[in-house]
Amino acid sequence: MSVDAPVRNKVQESLLSRTAAMLIMAVCTVYFLTPIWWLFVGASKSSDQFTSTNPLWFADFDLFANIGDLFAYRDGVFLRWMLNSILYTGGAALLGTVLAAMCGYALAKYRFRGRELIFNVVLSGVLVPATALALPLFLIFSKVDATNTFWSVFLPSLVNPFGVYLARIYASASVPDELLEAARIDGSGEIRTFFKVSTRLMTPALITIFLFHFVAVWNNFLLPLIMLGDERLFPVTLGLYSWNTQVNQIPELRGLVIIGALLSITPLVVAFLFLQRFWRNGLGAGAVK
Amino acid sequence: MRTAFRAASALLVSALALTACGSGGSDDDASGGGTSAASCAPSSGPVTISYTTWIPGIENVVKVWNDKNPNIQVKVQTGPNGNGGTYQNFFNQLKANNTPDLGHIEYDALPSFRVQDGLFDVASCDIVAKAKDQFIPWTWNQVSFGDDKSAWGVPQDSGPMALFYRADLFEKNNIAIPKTWDEYAAAAEKVKAAGGYITNFSQSDINQFAGFTWQAGGRWFANDGQQWTVNLTDDKTKKVADYWQNLISKKLVSTVPPWTTEWDNAYNSSSAWTWVSAVWGANSIMSGAPKTAGKWRVAPMPQWSAGEDIAGNWGGSATAVFKNSKHPYEAAQFALWLNTSEEALALLNKEAQLYPATTAGTKYSYLANPVEFYGDQKIYEVFADASGKVTPDFTWGPTMTSTYANASDGFKAAVSGTGTLNDALTATQKSTIETLKSQAIPVKE
Repeated sequence: MSVDAPVRNKVQESLLSRTAAMLIMAVCTVYFLTPIWWLFVGASKSSDQFTSTNPLWFADFDLFANIGDLFAYRDGVFLRWMLNSILYTGGAALLGTVLAAMCGYALAKYRFRGRELIFNVVLSGVLVPATALALPLFLIFSKVDATNTFWSVFLPSLVNPFGVYLARIYASASVPDELLEAARIDGSGEIRTFFKVSTRLMTPALITIFLFHFVAVWNNFLLPLIMLGDERLFPVTLGLYSWNTQVNQIPELRGLVIIGALLSITPLVVAFLFLQRFWRNGLGAGAVK
Repeated sequence: MRTAFRAASALLVSALALTACGSGGSDDDASGGGTSAASCAPSSGPVTISYTTWIPGIENVVKVWNDKNPNIQVKVQTGPNGNGGTYQNFFNQLKANNTPDLGHIEYDALPSFRVQDGLFDVASCDIVAKAKDQFIPWTWNQVSFGDDKSAWGVPQDSGPMALFYRADLFEKNNIAIPKTWDEYAAAAEKVKAAGGYITNFSQSDINQFAGFTWQAGGRWFANDGQQWTVNLTDDKTKKVADYWQNLISKKLVSTVPPWTTEWDNAYNSSSAWTWVSAVWGANSIMSGAPKTAGKWRVAPMPQWSAGEDIAGNWGGSATAVFKNSKHPYEAAQFALWLNTSEEALALLNKEAQLYPATTAGTKYSYLANPVEFYGDQKIYEVFADASGKVTPDFTWGPTMTSTYANASDGFKAAVSGTGTLNDALTATQKSTIETLKSQAIPVKE
C-alpha cells in the first residue's frame, strides 16, 4: 500500500530505524530461505554424501541424476502425483474462484431477502478449519460410496468462504451500480454482464482469490489422506508423506523424498512470482474495508 | 476426534469384546449374531477383495496371485504407514462401514482394533486354523492373544533381534564380543576409552525398548478376559530401564535422535560401534553407513544371565481381515498364501525386506546367502536362530499409540538429564491406565 506523499515527507526516517528494519528483514529472509537452501543442497547430493558432508554446502552435484532416479522410481509415480496435485489444485482454484466470484458478486450487487444472513453464514465458514471437516466429509462420501475417487478430493476443495468474502468486498467497491444499469439498458443479460463487465473490473481480486485458494487446496493434506487409498490418485503432498513414513524400512526413499519435496514446491514458487503483485493489491483491498 | 470416536464405539460394542468367551458371543450391538458373522464360508463366483498396506512393491507380489487366481482378484490400496495415518483411516472406515477386506496391521496395533471389534476371526476359517503350526509360535501368539481358538490376523513378518557390531573395531581394541548385558556394559567403558560409543540409545523407539524388555521377561499388558492389567513398572522392566539409565548417566551411549542424518552419521563415521536391533536393521545400517561396508558382523543378543539364550523382538505385522469383509474366506486364503508360500515370502523379502513369520520361511534359500556388507557372514542364520528364541507370551495393549507417545516424552527428558527412564515408565503407567479408562476399556488399577 502506498503511503500518501506528504506524510512520508514529514516522517524523517532515521538511519537507526532504517538499519533496524533492514536487519529484521534480513533475519527473516535468512530464516525463511535457509530451509529451502538446505533442501536444494540436500537434493543435489548422493545418499552417502547426504549424511557425511556439510548440509548447507554442495558436494558432488548430482541434482539431475537424482531427479532422474525420482522420475524412474516405481514407473514415474511421482510425476503422476505432481499432475494430480496440479489438477486438484489448479482445477479447484479455477472453478472455486468462479464460484466465489459469482457468489460474492451476487451478495454485493443484488438485494434480496436473507442476503445478510447468507453472507454471515458463509463468513462463519471462514472460522471452520478444513481439517475439522475432513472426517465428516469422509462419512458423507462413504454414504454415497464415493470415497477413494478423484471427486472425493476435488468437490470439497471447490468451496472457499474467504473467497466469497473477498469477492463481495471487492465487487461492491469496484463495480459501480451505474455501470450495471447502463449494461442492463443496453440489453445485456445479468450473466453476460457478470462475465463481460464485472469480472474485468474484479480481476485483481479474482487473482488474489485464486492464489489463496490455490495455496489452501495445495496445503489441505488431511482430506486426501483420509479419502484416498489408491496411490494413483494421490496428490504430491500425500505421496511424499507416505514415502517419508517408510524411510525407516526403505532408507533409499529419504533421498527421493528430499528431491521430491524440492520439485513439489516449484509450482507454488512459480505461481507466487508471477502473481504476487495482484496478491498484494488484493490483500490491501481486503484490509482497508 | 479419534479418542472421542473410540470412546463412543467402545461403549457401543460391549465394552470388552476381547476374548471374553470363545467365538465372539459377547457382541450385543445392532450388527447382531456374533456366530453368523464369524462364519467363514466361501463366496460363490468370482470376487474382488481389497487390501490396504504400505509395503513397498506389494503390487508385484499381488500380481503373482492375481495371475494364478482369476476368481479371487486382489486390489491393492496404499498409503502412509500405520501410525502415519492408515490406522486412523481404518478406524474411520470401520465407522463408515467401508473398510477394505484386508488390512496391514502391526502386532502392537492389533489389540486396539480388536477392542473396537473391528476384526474378523480368521481362525474360524479351517484353512487358517490348519496352518497354525507353520508359524513360529510367538508370532501366532501375537495374533491370537494367547487364545487357542481365535486369530485376529495372519502373521506376516517378524523382527527378531540380535547384536550388530563392528568386528574391526572390537578386534583392533581387543575387546571381546559381549555375550551378556554385564559384558556389554563393561565393553561400553572400553569403547568409550577408545573414543567411541558402544551404541546410540534411542529416545523415541519405545518399541526397541519393548524388545529389550520382552527379552528380559517384562510383560507390559495382560488381559484375563475381564479386564486389562498394565504393568510398565514390573521388576524386569525396571531392571532394563536401570541398566540403560546407568549407561546414559555415565555417558557411555550417545543419544542422538534416531532415524536422522545425525544418527546415520554416528554409524557411518564409526562413532557408534554396535546396535541391538531387529533383522530389518541390517538394511538400515547398509544404507545409513555405506562407508563401513564389510566391517559389521551379527551376534546373538546379549543375555541377562550367562548361559541363557533368549531373544527379543522389534516390529512385525499381521494381515488382518476386517469384520465387515463380504469375502472373509477368500481374504483369508489370500492372506495365507501371502504369508506362507515360498514365492510370496521370497518376493516380500526382495521388495521390502520383510522377514517371514513362518518356521519354514526363515530357512528359505534366499535367507541363506552370505551378505557382503557383513563380511560375507550368513547373518540371517543368526536371526532365524533368534526368531525361535523369542518368548511367546508378550502382549501389547489396546492404546499403544498414546503409551508410546508418553514413554517417548519421558525418555527424551531422561536422556537430556531430567528424571530417569524409570520415572518415565512410572508416568506412562499412570497415563496408560487413564487412557484406557477414558476409552471405557476395563482396566485394573
